[in-house]
Amino acid sequence: MDAATMLATALKVVILAGAVISLVPLLTWLERRGAGFIQLRLGPNRVGPLGLFQPIADGLKFFFKEDILPPFVHKPTYVMAPIVALAAALTAFAVIPFGSKLHLLGVEVPLRIVDVDVGVLLLLAASGLGVYGIILAGWSSNNKYSQFGGLRSAAQMISYELALGLAVVGVLVFSGTLRPELIVEQQAGRLWNLCYLPVGALALLVAGFAETNRAPFDLPEAESELVGGYHTEYSSMKFSMFFMAEYVNMFTSAALLTTLYLGGYVVPAFVRRPLGLEGNVLALCEVATFAVKVGLLLCFFIWVRWTLPRFRFDQLMRLGWKVLVPLGFLNIVWASFLVVWGVGR
Amino acid sequence: MIAPPLVPLAEAAAAAASASSVTSPWPFGLLALVAVVSAVMVVARRKTLVCALFLVLHLLAVAGLYALLGAFVLAALQVIIYAGAILVLIVFVVMLLNVRRESEGGRSAATTTIGIGVGALLALALGRAARDLSTQTPDGVSPGFGTVARLGDAIFGAYFFPFELVSLVIVAGMVGAVILAKRKLED
Repeated sequence: MDAATMLATALKVVILAGAVISLVPLLTWLERRGAGFIQLRLGPNRVGPLGLFQPIADGLKFFFKEDILPPFVHKPTYVMAPIVALAAALTAFAVIPFGSKLHLLGVEVPLRIVDVDVGVLLLLAASGLGVYGIILAGWSSNNKYSQFGGLRSAAQMISYELALGLAVVGVLVFSGTLRPELIVEQQAGRLWNLCYLPVGALALLVAGFAETNRAPFDLPEAESELVGGYHTEYSSMKFSMFFMAEYVNMFTSAALLTTLYLGGYVVPAFVRRPLGLEGNVLALCEVATFAVKVGLLLCFFIWVRWTLPRFRFDQLMRLGWKVLVPLGFLNIVWASFLVVWGVGR
Repeated sequence: MIAPPLVPLAEAAAAAASASSVTSPWPFGLLALVAVVSAVMVVARRKTLVCALFLVLHLLAVAGLYALLGAFVLAALQVIIYAGAILVLIVFVVMLLNVRRESEGGRSAATTTIGIGVGALLALALGRAARDLSTQTPDGVSPGFGTVARLGDAIFGAYFFPFELVSLVIVAGMVGAVILAKRKLED
């Protein structure tokens, strides 16, 4: 690896991580305004235009709050838990390709951070480690509500990781590669994978909701039963790291669905051809396309959260094991048939 | 003879890495150190959950070693299956049983003595084995070893039958566990 590639990679890491983390406040604003809109009220609208500075005020508040370390917790794991949660969430995002390539000063910079032939597996691995953050928080807090939150979360995430994995495998079988950028490029020449594997897309969407611990799957932090769930004992920036991890996971879920099923960053031909997009302009348009798709999915996430009530735990397990897992298998069988028939090649 | 002798993947990956170029000993040294220290901590710590966490760290370090050797598939699968699934289940059981309080009890002198004795014997045996260890790596591993395509070819080509048999063994194990765990079976 030469110095230019190294520098480019370092820059990409800093820019992407910075972008994702600084988009989190914007997303919380969107979430609260969206909730207000759905519940026929205003939501935060006082700080700045349309209340846009509200998340900044909230962030500052988090910084200046006292960081309480309860005396009864298991300290090393208590401190480690939010770090693990956020680190795993950010690592998973590194696999997502958000554009093809940019030409900068004679150097070709691919618009993704990790470049290995097991890209999608790496994403599953990183998101699989995220569950430790929640389990550790639950255990180390030494509190029955936290413990129950951690337990629920472990059971939920294991179950839905399986469903998520199966929904992903269908695409892998269909496209014959583990490289996310190749999966995206394949969808450029034909219809989106969504059109070939609708069942898999649905399963991935639902499993994505569950993996991010959002309503209607937010049982690990069900406030009416568990106070705050696994993060009951957390305050200040430690709490806010869990909060950020949840939103980063949302980004990852939406980005994964975009990449695997919704054509990823590819600018549609009916836009690209008439405008004659080429080179770096095309690359930037690709990033914009990706951002728009992810953004629309995030709006959908918010819409669902404020529309559907929370599942009961047995319903959650039944949906995971008896509906999504069989659907995932069905998706794989269907994808195999498509490959045998030579569809989409 | 059903199953042809399987070459341990790690060994083959090591060969692949020697074929490619490992430039610096530092990443290997660091990962190996983490792996060894965390493995010791797994047995040295008292709290069951902390032991399990060190096991996770150990598995991650070993996954790092695989990746260093160019076996990315193996590394990713190690993290997904062992660190991401099996250990989560172990942690789940530890939390569910809440073994924290039981494990506080001390050890008797007899168990300590036996432990030290067995440990010394094991160290002796390992030392002897290490002395005879050949430092030569097998050659003839083609470039591209450890990639998804190669692994897929191996699993669904030459080793298809043994691979499917292994899955049968796992299913049998799962059925057995369910039967054993169910106190009484309704007929």
